[in-house]
Amino acid sequence: MSQGVELRGVTMRFGDFAAVKGVELDIEGGEFFSFLGPSGCGKTTLLRLIAGFNDPTEGQVLIGGKDMRGIGPNGRPTAMIFQNLALFPLMKVWENIAFGLEVRGVSKAERRKRAEALLELIALPGQGDKQVSELSGGQKQRVAIARALAVEPQVLLLDEPLSALDLKLRQHMRQELREIQRRTGVTFIYITHDQGEALTMSDRVGVMSAGRLQQVADPQTIYEQPATPFVAGFVGENNRLLGRIGRVEGGAAVLDSAIGPLRGRLGGDLAVGAPAALFVRPERLGVQPASGTPGQGGHIPATIVSRAYEGAFLHLTAEAAGGTVLTVHLANSAGLPDLQPGAAVALIYRPEDAIILPAEAAA
Amino acid sequence: MTALYRRYGPGLTGLILALTGFWIIFLVTLPQLDMVDYSFRPNLSMSERGGPNDVYTLQNYATLADNAIHRAIFLKTIWASALVTLTTLIVCYPIAYHLAQGTTRRQAALLMLLLLIPFWINEILRTFAWWILLAYAGPLNNMLVALGLIERPIRFLSGDGGVIVGMVYAYILFMVMPIYNAIESLDRNQIEAARDLGASPWRIHWRVVIPHAKPGIAVGCIMTFMLAAGSYAVPALLGSPGSRWFTQIIYSWFFEGGNWNQGSAYAFILLLLCIGFIFGVMRLARIGLADIAK
Repeated sequence: MSQGVELRGVTMRFGDFAAVKGVELDIEGGEFFSFLGPSGCGKTTLLRLIAGFNDPTEGQVLIGGKDMRGIGPNGRPTAMIFQNLALFPLMKVWENIAFGLEVRGVSKAERRKRAEALLELIALPGQGDKQVSELSGGQKQRVAIARALAVEPQVLLLDEPLSALDLKLRQHMRQELREIQRRTGVTFIYITHDQGEALTMSDRVGVMSAGRLQQVADPQTIYEQPATPFVAGFVGENNRLLGRIGRVEGGAAVLDSAIGPLRGRLGGDLAVGAPAALFVRPERLGVQPASGTPGQGGHIPATIVSRAYEGAFLHLTAEAAGGTVLTVHLANSAGLPDLQPGAAVALIYRPEDAIILPAEAAA
Repeated sequence: MTALYRRYGPGLTGLILALTGFWIIFLVTLPQLDMVDYSFRPNLSMSERGGPNDVYTLQNYATLADNAIHRAIFLKTIWASALVTLTTLIVCYPIAYHLAQGTTRRQAALLMLLLLIPFWINEILRTFAWWILLAYAGPLNNMLVALGLIERPIRFLSGDGGVIVGMVYAYILFMVMPIYNAIESLDRNQIEAARDLGASPWRIHWRVVIPHAKPGIAVGCIMTFMLAAGSYAVPALLGSPGSRWFTQIIYSWFFEGGNWNQGSAYAFILLLLCIGFIFGVMRLARIGLADIAK
């Protein structure tokens, strides 16, 4: 089992600006962990702190239980894959892969042998004598992975390495990365702003915003049980309805909004009267004729504004009372209702599909 | 050419070509050919020119082979220029690397300005400044004696040392600029990737930075060598009678010996040496003319 990474109260300041604020986290050995966040949220800074390009202003970075302060990137059991890959263009493919071994004084014959074995692993056997410029984008990607794995790191750090690839290749490389991680058992720490990547590949995801870790959980929990309004809004699409807490009943609550009382799960410590927001996903909303009687669940009278047909899905936007615009995704599984813009409808949902969170600013 | 024509039309294109052609043919090629022609003829008085003695001969070239002093000075010029080139490279590479990768844009601009300012002063004056600095009773000797590092002043200007120091200083910019340009285009991530894979600073330079900067290093070396081998002012000012430069011999053939034919032959030999050096460096660095033109 490879080593884990612990972050203890890690803060990083550049002048007056704090890029990372008090991050507290245990990443286990052999885990595939993703940091997800918009650009400028501090995730790349955090990765560079783990790699050793910088030491944190405050707090500790521990790898395998050892404090890493003062140890540079060449002394840490980590290897990094850069966003632009940073392959050495003047070296052949196998020399790129074997560079870390060359540094460690491994003999040329042995280097060649290990490079060949790694080329096997990344499904590029016998391509070692090519120039880097002769490879395609996906092949370069895999060479960068092999170059990092060659030094047998405990922790592999990946800085949005798929962002330069086209969509199809990106989806293919997700599976391949996950596969390589399973086979090698190396701890992967992955940085991305693409929630699809983070959710499909990771054991756990840490969502970051403005230098703070908002929530750390497995992908399903991140999506189903967002801990903060930021996570609810950033990961996946979401409809947000503002109001105040009207009633609290154990794990559920009623939000008094411009539309009326809305029922949902209680996602935080909220007292009656506190400002709050109800989040409900577009695919969890259903559509009923306006004439239907409101049942036990959520019921939002609205007018259809636009519709977009996408084959498997029908995307609707609807305007509710108070001008709130909601998005609805209807699956094309059992036929679609005939809805045209202007139609008066009721949007319905099950209360357990909606979550009520404190309405403080996203940060 | 067609691009030029499309852009500027027939009139301006014709003018550009005519001016360039005039420059290359009348100001470069013909004088050089004239000099080559001179170098293969004997030095005759006016009345004998065109007469029976005015024949092509290798005698002017043979002079260098026969004259042991000139030969020694020629060889000294080669190795001393090579030494100047190497020293300048060693001094300039760290400067260029620091400028290109180790500073912010503002700091780099400031450093560049500091490097440039001395070059606003005439080369002769800058060389004189070194003459003062290195003089027997000059500030450098005084300081070293005052610090107790040496017991009595050193004659810096009696050998080739002064000439080499003066030249390294005079040609710094010609070495720094091409290397700076080359290293500037290196992706910083490559340096970080090498560091991350465990490479020491030395190995990063040897395996990543220097291979990338090779065309720039080659251009810097070629320029410095040619300037050094062809320099007249620095050896004339900072040299002593014992450290004559080949250019000084050429000068004396032309202006003191009055033998232009002999001077031409010597000048042509120096030109061939420089061309040979260029191709040697290009082969050593495995680069083509296109890389140098970049």
